Amino acid sequence: MLALQILIDGFAISALYALGATGFTLIFGVSGVLNLSHGAIMVAAAVAAWAAASVLHLDIYTGALFGVGVALIVSFATYFAVVKPIQNSRRIPNEEKEIFVLTGTLLWGIMIQELIAYFFTNNAKTVLPIVEGVVDIFGNRTPRNNIFTALVCCLVIGLLWLLVNRTRTGKAVLAASMNPRGVTLLGLELTQIYIVVWGIYGILAGIAGVLLGMFLGVSSYSVGPLTASAFSIVVLGGLGSVSGSLIAAFVVGYLETITAYMISPAYRTIPALLLLVFVMYIRPQGLLGRR
Amino acid sequence: MASFFSSRLFFISLVCVVIAATLPFYVSGYILGLLTVAFYFGVFAMAWDLLFGFAGEVNFGPTFLIGTGAYTAGILNNQFGWSVYLCILLGALASVVAGFVLALPALRVRGPYFGLTTLVAVLMLQNFVVVFADLTGGEIGLTIPDVITINAGANYWIALGFMTVSAAILYGLSQSPVGLVLQASGQDPVQAGALGFNIVKHKLAAFIVSAFFSGLSGALLVFYFGTASVGTVVDVAVGVNVIVSAVLGGRRTVLGAALGAIFLIVAGEFLRPTGELATFIVSAVALLVVLFFPGGFLGAALSREARS
Repeated sequence: MLALQILIDGFAISALYALGATGFTLIFGVSGVLNLSHGAIMVAAAVAAWAAASVLHLDIYTGALFGVGVALIVSFATYFAVVKPIQNSRRIPNEEKEIFVLTGTLLWGIMIQELIAYFFTNNAKTVLPIVEGVVDIFGNRTPRNNIFTALVCCLVIGLLWLLVNRTRTGKAVLAASMNPRGVTLLGLELTQIYIVVWGIYGILAGIAGVLLGMFLGVSSYSVGPLTASAFSIVVLGGLGSVSGSLIAAFVVGYLETITAYMISPAYRTIPALLLLVFVMYIRPQGLLGRR
Repeated sequence: MASFFSSRLFFISLVCVVIAATLPFYVSGYILGLLTVAFYFGVFAMAWDLLFGFAGEVNFGPTFLIGTGAYTAGILNNQFGWSVYLCILLGALASVVAGFVLALPALRVRGPYFGLTTLVAVLMLQNFVVVFADLTGGEIGLTIPDVITINAGANYWIALGFMTVSAAILYGLSQSPVGLVLQASGQDPVQAGALGFNIVKHKLAAFIVSAFFSGLSGALLVFYFGTASVGTVVDVAVGVNVIVSAVLGGRRTVLGAALGAIFLIVAGEFLRPTGELATFIVSAVALLVVLFFPGGFLGAALSREARS
């Protein structure tokens, strides 16, 4: 009974983690950028969806779309205002660009977080779920929203797979992650590919953020933990490997759910952190990472 | 070394320290208290700069070292009532052990992987503090019975003296042959190794020195505050402040990191009337510096001096 409950509850949160981490790893794979404003973008999407519903009085669907749209805009702003200037800067030596991008996006994330706190306070906000009510799965009362969340996550990840593997744009993105110089030699503009990737990332982070807002609720305090969890899932799976992140997301999601149910919710994050340290020692490149 | 004592930087620093030392005679206790905290923060930032600027290790967890030192000192004082100075010393030693533990993965993994390991170390310490609330005071914080002194002026001089001595040691180290080897191994480990330098040994030494100063400063800060809490010495946000200070002041300058920390703390206080926007403004200024003056305050000044 408990096992089934863990299975159902863990699936929704794992799918959500997977969606959040996919965009993060995609950006790293293609442009080598670790975007530490990730959590802030997710929270911005959720708060925008919440504000659309409760301040602007839009209906739930428009609100959710509004949230995703805001995430898309913030994602482009991150690229054009922070990441691109650092990548193109001639005053920053190449080998130090990585740490500058980390510091820059970190500061950018804090700025977004503080703006959200300033305009919408620090209180936790829950976005009204699109589907309501509960269903009974073999005696387990499960909110319909859990199932909806899991379904949307799987659907979006499936669409992403189709986009990357079956369309011309997607193949260009894939090629850029394998060999940027080769792509340039084939006459594709690398900057355009980056813009496409940041767009995909914005939409993914936005959907994940809005779903998270419906599922658990968010506040500006969630920014740090969200970034940290995406970061650890991605490193656990192997930086830049999308399938690795998916596996890692489910490992982390279930590990957290099991701990919360079997031991105590207070220890929720500890086993995942221990696992991460363990994997770093045994296999520093992550589960499916290449070096 | 001799050229350093006749350099402009040395005179400017000397004048700054002398002026700073006279502050308690004509400045209010409020400003002294602010600067006391800023000086301890300066040591955090300088210790971080030694690791990042020279050894090239992106340490996202300066607060792991700071927190270990601070909490060890605080708990020993709280539980056993040992003397303040013994507790501070043991705190610094505990931090050295923590630095050693943190350095082990650093010698295996690099770049973002190492960054994450250090971040995880902070999260683990934070969880530890919350879970073992009986020992650590949990989220409310640990009360510490003893303080070094309650005189604001004396506290200020201790902090200033400590920062000056630390700065001298860390700066001296960074300009010494050891510092150059560290810098080389940070920029190109393979080539530095090929030239016959033991990179592992040097990086381990950098970690231990950085941990010692971080822990010592953390322990002193705890005895100044009279309390240790996650929000003041462990939280990731504190670590972010340390990193921002070092980047603002100028990486690879050591002294710049202290300047950055003082700027950050004082600016945060001046912006207090703006309420919640204070952090936003400080982050925005820091981002602009990162984007337009990547060398930081001191980096920009030094390169201008070098050019003229």
